[in-house]
Amino acid sequence: MDISMDHIHFFHGETSILEDVTCRFAPGKFYAVLGPNGSGKTTLLDLICGFRRPKTGRILLGDMPVNTFSRRKMAQTISLVSQSYEVNFPFLVKEVVMMGRHPHVDRFSRPSQDDRKLAARVMEMTGISHLAHRHITELSGGEKQRCVFARALCQDTPVMLLDEAFSNMDIHHSLYLLGLVKTAVLKQHKTVIAVLHDINLAAGFSHEMLFLKQGRITAMGDTQKVLTQKNIETVFNVTSKVEYNDYVQALQVYFKPL
Amino acid sequence: MFSSISVAIPRGKTGYLVVLFSLFLLASTLVSLSMGYMDIPILDILKIILGKTLTAAGDASSMTETFETVLFDIRLPRILTCAAVGAALAVSGVLFQGILLNPLADPYTLGVSAGAAFGASIAILFNLSAALVSVPVFAFAGACATLFFVLFLSYSPDGPAGGLSSNNLILSGIIVAAILSAGISFLKFLADEQVSVIIFWLMGSFASRTWPQFLLVSVFLSLGFCVSVFFARDLNLISMGDRSAISLGVDLKKVTLILLITGSMLAAVSVAISGIIGFVGLLVPHMMRFLTGPDNRKLLPVSMLAGATLLLWADTITRAVLPHEIPIGVLTALIGGPVFCWIFKKSRM
Repeated sequence: MDISMDHIHFFHGETSILEDVTCRFAPGKFYAVLGPNGSGKTTLLDLICGFRRPKTGRILLGDMPVNTFSRRKMAQTISLVSQSYEVNFPFLVKEVVMMGRHPHVDRFSRPSQDDRKLAARVMEMTGISHLAHRHITELSGGEKQRCVFARALCQDTPVMLLDEAFSNMDIHHSLYLLGLVKTAVLKQHKTVIAVLHDINLAAGFSHEMLFLKQGRITAMGDTQKVLTQKNIETVFNVTSKVEYNDYVQALQVYFKPL
Repeated sequence: MFSSISVAIPRGKTGYLVVLFSLFLLASTLVSLSMGYMDIPILDILKIILGKTLTAAGDASSMTETFETVLFDIRLPRILTCAAVGAALAVSGVLFQGILLNPLADPYTLGVSAGAAFGASIAILFNLSAALVSVPVFAFAGACATLFFVLFLSYSPDGPAGGLSSNNLILSGIIVAAILSAGISFLKFLADEQVSVIIFWLMGSFASRTWPQFLLVSVFLSLGFCVSVFFARDLNLISMGDRSAISLGVDLKKVTLILLITGSMLAAVSVAISGIIGFVGLLVPHMMRFLTGPDNRKLLPVSMLAGATLLLWADTITRAVLPHEIPIGVLTALIGGPVFCWIFKKSRM
C-alpha cells in the first residue's frame, strides 16, 4: 500500500515539530528514518498511523485520506511497534501476542484455530515460545520488545512501523528480526518504515533512507545514494567515513571520535 | 505490579470461579438474612421464600408473619442494596484501574466521592426539604458535576486520543478533590450542631435501606456491567498504554469516555445511596486479579460477585455481630487497609 504525505505541518503547542514534510513510501520497500533526538521521527510515525493528526497537510493511505479510516480498518492496515512498552498489568506473553488479532476477531468471538496458529507461529519466529506462559511484567526490556514485536507480526498488516523496535535487543535478535522483516518486505510486498538509531544496521537492511533534522527532511532516497559523509555531517554534526564493506555487503559508516 | 505472587488457580477456569462465587454469594445472603436482632433459622427462611413463590396461602401463623416482615421489609432490601453497591464499586474499580493504567486507582480517583460528599453536605447544611430524598439526589448531582469538571480540566484537543491521558485525569482528580475537601471542611465549620449529621452521612451506612433504593442501584449496576463487558476486550488494550490501544484498533477517545462515565456513574450512585465506602473498589479487583489474571473479560464478572459478597459480610458484621452498629465506611477501611498493607508487602518480597 502506498503512503504519501503532502506538505505536513505539526505543532506541539507553539513548538513546530514537523515542517513541510512531503514524502512517499511504496510497498515492497524497507525505509529507514534517521535523525538526531527530537527531530520528529516518532511524530512522523504517529501521523502515519493516525495516533496524531497533522495541523495542515494531507496523508493518503492508498488513495484514501488517513482520517477516513476507522480505527479498526487502520489497525488492519498498519501495525506499530512503539518505543514505550511499559505495562503495569501482568498479562501472559501469549495473551499479549493474541492482542494482535484484536482488529481481526469480532467482539465476543473467540480467536479461531487460524488465529491461534498464527500467534504460535509468530512466537516461534520471534523466539519467545518458551516465554508464552510468563507474565510480561517479569520480562527483561529486550524480551518485552520481542513480545510487542510478535504482537505486531500477529496483526498481519501490509504496513509495519517500527519505532526503535530494536533498542533493547541483543545483536543476535536485532539481526534476526530485521532479517525477518526484510523477507516479509520482499516476499509479501509489505511496507516497513523503521526509525533506527544504529546507522550501520539501517545501512545493511534498508532500501531507502530518510534523514530528518529539526522537523524537516534533509535527504531522502536510495540508501546507496543518500548515505553520504555530507548528509551525516549535516544531520548529526559528526565527521565520518562512508564506504562499501564486503563483509557486510552494504555501505558502512565509521565515525571519528569527537 | 503484583506479578511475583504465583497464581494458584490455573487461568481459563473463570466459569468455575463465577459459579463458585455466585453460590457463595447466595449462601452468604441466606446466612446474613438469618442473622440479626431476631434469630431466624435458615430453614424457616427457605420455607417462607418457597411458600411465597409456590403457594399464595399456607399456614399464616403470627410468628411467620413477623418473620416475613423482618425478612422482606427490613433485612432483604438492606442486604440486596449492600450487595449491589459492593458489586458496583468493584466493577467501577476494575474500570478505573484499566483506564488509568494503574492498579492503584479506585472509583474515587476522579474525585467522585468528594463531589458527592460536597453535594450531600450542602443538602444537609441547608436542610433542603425532606432530607431523606434530597441528600442522595444532591450527592449524585455533586458527583456528576465533579466528573464533568475533571474531564473538562484534563481535556486537551491537541493530545492523542483527545487528551484524556491517565496522568491528566489523575492530576485533575486530585486537584478537584482537594478543593472540594476544603469546601467540605468549610461547610462542617458552618454547620454547628448539624456537623455530626454530615460526618455520619459521609462515613456510610446501609441502615434502613428500602426496595426503591435497591432497584435504583441494580438498574445502574446492570447497565454499567453490560457496558463494561461490551468493552472489556478494548479495556485490556487500553490498559497496555495509549499507543498500543490505538495501533490495535481501539477508538481510544470514545471508549475511554464511555468507560469513565460508566465507572463514575456506578461510583456516584453507590455514594449517593450509602455514603463513602472505601477500599472495596481498590481491593477487590486487586485480589481477584490473582485468581483471574488481568484479562478484564474474566476480571469483571468475578470482581462483581466478590465485591457484592465482601460488602455484604462487612455490613452483616456491623449489623448483626458487633454490639453497636459502626459506620460501614469505617469498617471497610479498618479491615481493608491492613489487608492491603499485607498483600502489598507480601508481593514485594
